[in-house]
Amino acid sequence: MSLLGVEELDCRYGLLQAVRGVSFDVAQGEIVALIGANGAGKTTLLRAVAGAHRPHTGRVTFDGADVTRLPAHRRVSLGIALVPEGRRLFPTLTVEENLKVAAASNRRGRWNVQAVLDAFPLLQARRKVRAANLSGGEQQAVAIGRALMSNPRLLLLDEVSLGLAPVVVEAVYRSLTDVIKEGVTVLLVEQDLTRALRVAGRVICMLEGRVVLEGEARLLDRDRVVAAYFGLRRPAAGGASA
Amino acid sequence: MTLVNAIVQGIFLGAFYAVLACGLSIMFGVMRIINLAHGDVAVLGAYLTFVVVERTGQSAFVAFAIALPVMLVLGYILQITVLERSLKAGILTPLLATFGLSIVIQNLLLIAFSPDVRSLGGSAGAFTTASWHVTSELSISAFGVLVLVVAVIVFGALQLFLSYTRAGWAMRATAEDPDAAELVGIDSRSVYARATALAVGIAALGGLFLGIRSAFDPVSGPTQLIFAFEAVVIGGMGSLWGTLLGGIALGLAQTLGAQLHPQFSVLAGHLLFLAVLMARFGGARLTLRLAR
Repeated sequence: MSLLGVEELDCRYGLLQAVRGVSFDVAQGEIVALIGANGAGKTTLLRAVAGAHRPHTGRVTFDGADVTRLPAHRRVSLGIALVPEGRRLFPTLTVEENLKVAAASNRRGRWNVQAVLDAFPLLQARRKVRAANLSGGEQQAVAIGRALMSNPRLLLLDEVSLGLAPVVVEAVYRSLTDVIKEGVTVLLVEQDLTRALRVAGRVICMLEGRVVLEGEARLLDRDRVVAAYFGLRRPAAGGASA
Repeated sequence: MTLVNAIVQGIFLGAFYAVLACGLSIMFGVMRIINLAHGDVAVLGAYLTFVVVERTGQSAFVAFAIALPVMLVLGYILQITVLERSLKAGILTPLLATFGLSIVIQNLLLIAFSPDVRSLGGSAGAFTTASWHVTSELSISAFGVLVLVVAVIVFGALQLFLSYTRAGWAMRATAEDPDAAELVGIDSRSVYARATALAVGIAALGGLFLGIRSAFDPVSGPTQLIFAFEAVVIGGMGSLWGTLLGGIALGLAQTLGAQLHPQFSVLAGHLLFLAVLMARFGGARLTLRLAR
């Protein structure tokens, strides 16, 4: 059954419409990648699922319950966690404090400070260091670890590779793959098409706020994805019509 | 020896200013709200304590213990009813809202208590007027020591709270990035309300000290606000221990200024405040000009 349901979601910033009538489902245990050019509405969509952006119209359901009106912190306690774009750590808190502050009191599970440090060994020696003094890769590891601290059922990842050296991205994704194997459902935004197609089971491509292509990653051919990505020709899939 | 005495008295006075300034510093540090009603809230706390003294005949300290929970609840309600709404409208709106709140509190106090000057000194016990005469020119008042000890305890307890408790981390996290704090499961509304409750509670403590060391009337608030504000700015906006040091620096400036001339006391404090402002902001502009 589907864990996350997005129905006819419409998100606006004033007059600007960032997400236009988007609908999709994510099943328990699935890994879905949201791809698309800058400004396609991926981040807004992710934030609306996490509760950080209140949609104009439409519904978000989680585990069968309507969560559209729930504030972000309540969704965390239901099991939705977002690793936000730009990491957004608390700069004067130490690594350990950043992790501990995110531990949800009502969600028990395998993740705690020690488990995160084990999953991201590069943080082991940095636990007492302020987040502001970490390298980009270390910060990203803390951001992912911080989201895991609430033992989420649905993990939302927004461009975890942004601004990181390729070798660091590789390390972050290696740790992430281990995490994903634990059975968490993932919805991720990724600019790197090759990586998205490799990591995800299913790919949703957005263009100008709409879903223009959706399908299983192994069945999609790259040229079609690229065309949808840049909107070179509008494929019929996703029911987009302006 | 009079100089030593002036320094000792300045530290005691400064500890009082620091207690007054503490809540102002918390609200600015956590929510970026400059609470112009802070002095009036302190005076409100003094009046509430005064009412409890009148009704129960207890000492001012016992009365304060009864008034404190009421003030904490008032602070919580103030946040969720007034300040939270004003915060949504931009950074200037809370400033205007608290300015209005200041006028409302002053006028309500005038209606309820008349413009008469009140004091809690008489109900605080003989201890508050006791002092140790170390030499003929150096006397250490028991109340001064009490205020200093309480100030250090208040700031120390806040530091421990912010450094070692989950609620404290949540408060720091929310202060730094309320949006990200929500995303890790922190109820930022509740954190803000608790911060305001804390600030109002500590302001009431400042009101208690004000009422014991001197007197107050319904319009005493703004004067207290100025001293509190100067302490916060001298110590560095939003810095906790800076506020304690800023308060003490202000107290020292006032007592040392009074050594030059009794009328120079308050002015010396203002001059220190202006000097710090110049050094911090005026100086920066000067270097910018030189760089061009």
